[in-house]
Amino acid sequence: MEIIQQILFVAALTAVAWYISKRVRLISRAIKLGRPENRYDHADERLKTMLLVAFGQKKMFTNLLVGLMHFVIYAGFIIINIEILEIILDGVLGTHRLFAPYITPVYSILIDVFELLAFGVLIVCIVFLCRRFVARVARFQQERHREMTEWPRKDAAIILIAEILLMIAFLTWNASDSVLRDRGVGHYGELRGIVPDFLISQYLKPLFTSFSDTGLIAYERTAWWLHILGILAFAIYVTYSKHLHIALGFPNVYFSDLQPKGEMQNMPEITKEVQLALGIPLSTNADGSQANDNGEQPGADSPAEIGRFGAKDVYDLKWINLMNAYSCTECGRCTSACPANITGKKLSPRKIMMDTRDRLEDIRRGWQANGDDYKDDKSLLGDYITVEEINACTTCQACINACPININPLDIILQLRRYRVMEESQAPASWNAMFSNIENNMAPWKFSPSDRFNWADQVNEVK
Amino acid sequence: MTTEKTYTVPTMADLAAANEEPEVLFWVGCAGSFDDRYKRVTIAFVRILNHVGIKFAVLGPEEACTGDPARRAGNEFLFQMQAMANIQVLNGYNVKKIVTACPHCFNTLKNEYPDLGGKYDVIHHSQFLQGLIDEGRIKVKDGESFKGRKITFHDSCYLGRANKVYEAPRHVLAALDADLVEMKRVRANGLCCGAGGGQYFKEPEPGNKDVNVERVEEALATGADTIAVACPFCMTMMSDGVKNKNQEDKVRVYDISELIAQKQGL
Repeated sequence: MEIIQQILFVAALTAVAWYISKRVRLISRAIKLGRPENRYDHADERLKTMLLVAFGQKKMFTNLLVGLMHFVIYAGFIIINIEILEIILDGVLGTHRLFAPYITPVYSILIDVFELLAFGVLIVCIVFLCRRFVARVARFQQERHREMTEWPRKDAAIILIAEILLMIAFLTWNASDSVLRDRGVGHYGELRGIVPDFLISQYLKPLFTSFSDTGLIAYERTAWWLHILGILAFAIYVTYSKHLHIALGFPNVYFSDLQPKGEMQNMPEITKEVQLALGIPLSTNADGSQANDNGEQPGADSPAEIGRFGAKDVYDLKWINLMNAYSCTECGRCTSACPANITGKKLSPRKIMMDTRDRLEDIRRGWQANGDDYKDDKSLLGDYITVEEINACTTCQACINACPININPLDIILQLRRYRVMEESQAPASWNAMFSNIENNMAPWKFSPSDRFNWADQVNEVK
Repeated sequence: MTTEKTYTVPTMADLAAANEEPEVLFWVGCAGSFDDRYKRVTIAFVRILNHVGIKFAVLGPEEACTGDPARRAGNEFLFQMQAMANIQVLNGYNVKKIVTACPHCFNTLKNEYPDLGGKYDVIHHSQFLQGLIDEGRIKVKDGESFKGRKITFHDSCYLGRANKVYEAPRHVLAALDADLVEMKRVRANGLCCGAGGGQYFKEPEPGNKDVNVERVEEALATGADTIAVACPFCMTMMSDGVKNKNQEDKVRVYDISELIAQKQGL
């Protein structure tokens, strides 16, 4: 019996590991569809940002209460993983609480901490469900946000309910195990005197006192299996879900933008053309080189062949934009801060990120259905994101500021605008007027450049 | 017209002809040059510079749009044409330090010109004014009294979030000895006036409200009689919003340099 359980366990573990590695390869391939860009510079600054924003969850604490609640789930996720290690080893080796005899005094403290966190996670998940479905926090509601369709709302509910069930399985497993230990049943009894009752599950023991020994063993085994299989299933599910942020949040923050939020990235391929057009020698920098602040040669990491200007599809975006999309948790803080969205425009920064991921996942499905070279005839701009949305952006960067994991929706919007204006020449008419004014009058309005200094004539007039 | 003092506005060309260099170049910007309302801000700032005795200069007719609205609307070609022409002029005059009253010019000159060969020490006029106050070069004078008046400050995106300048304008306002009241969404969480990203130059996309109205409602809720701004586009948007709410008789919109000039009796 024991050996069958061990074989089943190893088989389940192997199957899940194989499947997740397949998913990781697919997602990584999808992210690499983006244009290359070196984000391995400034390692110390990036590490610092990751420690503060990802590990320390600095930006989550903008709202202290929500920040604390999220921290409980996060800490639970990280710390309970230590317990998973024992569970996996027990499963493979057919042991029971493998570590207990070796680290006896510490063991019960550890489990107490895990139980406390598990209980915290349980409570917070219930609160989070209530926030979404009872208190109906506006940023999660479809009536207010059209991107919150059935799937994103269901996805959130599935995750929260799954976490609640996992925590119940963990706590009741400990409780049933404690009762078996008290009764001295089989190998459970061997830990009597070594492992005491635990912080939370001791209060659940009365639930099991009426169980027969056989019934109790059956429950203990079921709870143990449900807990670990649940975790493995959850790990697979996460790769299809907004919940992928639990893994990608960390690299996403590490590789996030370091430059000031207001700085738009230069397009070196255009610099060359403009220098030629203006008759400026190709090296114009004070130091006689074209190296920019990062010491990089402009165009050094741009492809040899110039693609299109700006972005029409995910292939034209940078890989970090695509990692951003897979990291997005759809919390909607960006959208709640967006002035365009607040005032009823169609633009929603969250939708920009969700559309980008949907596009990538559609491409991925295409590969799996029709082979790795498959390309459909859709594009991000047009089939997913509309011109009306990108044209509503004020570039105010509130979305970037609001994102707890430093996602930058603005960068995608601006790249789409570049495509729209430079490749399709489809700016709104009044923007075209503004362009022609700048070009001809050196100001966005139709004033004569020779009148530019006229204001100085009034400098001595009394107000 | 009786002015004790005559204010002067030297150009870089004037100084170059005299073989001189200014301490700082005042980058006026398109709005500061052409917009009737913002010209008053330009003049207020020039009067302060004169009064304090800063050796400054402007480019005058040699100045051209930084290209910011073109870049944000997606026209990178036009932006770079503007940028490179400006950089040629600035480098030609060997400009080292620039002050500007426009956060959009500030952001572009400071963060985006270096990649194209234009490297300058660029500061916003709020930071410049703060420096003058800290050095004691701007003193409280017998100008207008702000005692007991409520002022609220609207953060400009390209000054605040874009470049993390939150304290300088507040520091300048504190020198007025007025009662500074904050709106609900301030500093990093400040709400845009609705003008950025080229929106100023087109009709807003369909929605149920204009952004500037949303922001002005928040400003009015503070009970302030003065909305202080530090950006020409915020100035227009906030003024229009105040008019939209029919509050133009009770609530005025001023740039921080205008308030300092009033306080100084300039």
